[in-house]
Amino acid sequence: MTQFVELLINGISLGFVYALLALGFVMIFKSTRVINFAHGSIVLLGAFLIAKLAPSLGFVLAALVGVAGAALVAALLYFVILRRVRGRAADTVTIATIGLDILLATELARQIGQDVLNIGDPWGSEVVRFGDFAMPEARVAAAVVALLLLGGFLAAFKLSPWGVAMRASAEDGEAGALMGIRLTRMAAGAWLVAGALAAVGGIFLTTFPTPGIDRTSGLAALSAFPAAILGGLDSVLGAVVGGLIIGVVVTMSAGYQDEISFLGRGLSQVAPYIVMVLVLLVRPSGLFGTRELTRV
Amino acid sequence: MSERLTAMRSPGRLVLVALAVITLLVPFFLEAFWLQTGLFAMSAIIGAIGLTILTGTTGQLSLAHAFFAAVGAYGYCYFAGKGGLGVSSATGLGLPPLLAMILAVLLSGVAGAIYSPISGRLRGIYLGIASIGLVFIGQHILFNAADLTGGFNGRDAAPFSLLGFSFTQTDPELVIAGVEFSELERLWYLGLVLVGLAYYYGRHLVDGRPGRALETVRDSEVAAAVMGVDVTRYKALVFTVSSMYAGLSGVLLALVFNRIVPESFGLNLSVEFLAMIVIGGLGSVRGAVLGAAFVSMLPKLLDHYGDSLPFLATAGAGGGIEPGQAARFAFGAAIVAVLLFAPGGIGTLWHRARPSTATSSSTPKEKSV
Repeated sequence: MTQFVELLINGISLGFVYALLALGFVMIFKSTRVINFAHGSIVLLGAFLIAKLAPSLGFVLAALVGVAGAALVAALLYFVILRRVRGRAADTVTIATIGLDILLATELARQIGQDVLNIGDPWGSEVVRFGDFAMPEARVAAAVVALLLLGGFLAAFKLSPWGVAMRASAEDGEAGALMGIRLTRMAAGAWLVAGALAAVGGIFLTTFPTPGIDRTSGLAALSAFPAAILGGLDSVLGAVVGGLIIGVVVTMSAGYQDEISFLGRGLSQVAPYIVMVLVLLVRPSGLFGTRELTRV
Repeated sequence: MSERLTAMRSPGRLVLVALAVITLLVPFFLEAFWLQTGLFAMSAIIGAIGLTILTGTTGQLSLAHAFFAAVGAYGYCYFAGKGGLGVSSATGLGLPPLLAMILAVLLSGVAGAIYSPISGRLRGIYLGIASIGLVFIGQHILFNAADLTGGFNGRDAAPFSLLGFSFTQTDPELVIAGVEFSELERLWYLGLVLVGLAYYYGRHLVDGRPGRALETVRDSEVAAAVMGVDVTRYKALVFTVSSMYAGLSGVLLALVFNRIVPESFGLNLSVEFLAMIVIGGLGSVRGAVLGAAFVSMLPKLLDHYGDSLPFLATAGAGGGIEPGQAARFAFGAAIVAVLLFAPGGIGTLWHRARPSTATSSSTPKEKSV
């Protein structure tokens, strides 16, 4: 029982990190109808910048610069390149992000080489005890930071003029433009926020208990794909719920791997995708996604 | 009659004939490295044609192509393999290789057909991500079902043979015009036949009645249904056909590699397939051939001739750009550049440079609003 509760708590804290990443997917999809395949690379970019700057600037300042850098790169990707991509199919821009991902990931892999970088966080491998249950400090920090960010984001999304404009342009871009909302600026803003969230997620995906940043760290962020999809690609609430589900599933399938060894080793890496496919079988637009209606 | 004559004279047809002649003669002039690279390209071409039929004509974005290629490759090894011999303990049925190849392709088709109820339900982007799931789940199975797949170490591919003529080194020995025909030379012609069949069938599928039905499905499912196209059936059919292409591509890959490992069939392969058809122009079979040749051969060429290129570093030495990375930079940039400047693929640049042929051989595509 202790193990179960411990895994559950750890799963939820990991889930909040996935929720940050999934929220980035949702923001970008809502504003530009694009799935950003370069998200994993932006996660890695943020973590890489922080790890490189932390020794000279200190962790907090480095984290701020890294988050800002990742946000800027994401916004620039949209503003400079993706905005101009043309094509007949709606998915053309999505495919273009795959191209950008290859470029970014290759360059980062070249920079990192075979090293395993330490992000220089203050939590290290310390463990907090709540009664019987133990939890890494980094995971506690992850949950706190993610909760604050998610809360702040949801409040801004519901209440601020920016949030209203964002929702209006996602609902009906043309009508929004006629009301004076600058769609390009809104879209670039969404990419900016998504990039920042990705970098924050990157911090907590590479702190303890993971060994650090290597060239494949971006792949860990791929698990946020299933989170965003199973929640529903255009639902902010779905991103949070999806993230939590994936976080718990990953932690549980890793924690109980001896009990479920008949399903094969390394199940925790595929478990998110299995859950996603199962959910999509029942609900093709995810748990909270808007169903696509056909009007003639 | 006169139509046929003009078609024969059109530069596209001439180029095709010239290419066919050149590829037939390749084993007489080029060394083993080029044959092997070419065979990899042929495998890629077959897979890319299958994907362009799916993604280009119906608009279904699939990243599961690597999975179906794996089904084909492992299917062939299982059907043709003897099992229980040597290092590999994986089981096999020991069927004749040609039968094994056909069964493996059918098996991929069955896998595609089983998945098509899911793929048919999901629209565009949701299918794209769900199909990534299939690749990861497939990898998990390949690593863990060691009895069938050999697990991490993979399993050997039984050599191909046809009516007693073996496609291995020396049995029977064969020397034509002073060139010894060993494994690669023999496989080369097998590959050419397979590519030819895949190309011919693909062109007819895309240009013919099914292709028009599929394009209508892509542009508007409602309109297609109103015109009498059974949307669900067509989507399932095209997914099945595309999976069979992937399966055949996997079989050829297994024959060239002699040994297959799960790592070859990861997400990277799917992304490369997608890059091929984007660079070649979505929906164009000829473009898929070009794109596949470019994406599959570039890393091998850079690796082979990297020493004589000044900006490349040798692999593992650090400093500069490694050949594999240079190739990834090149095709990543190619995807973005093609989508920015030539959304119809690199094939359209040819037409743009020669406006006179553009009007006669193909009608310009209308811009969508």
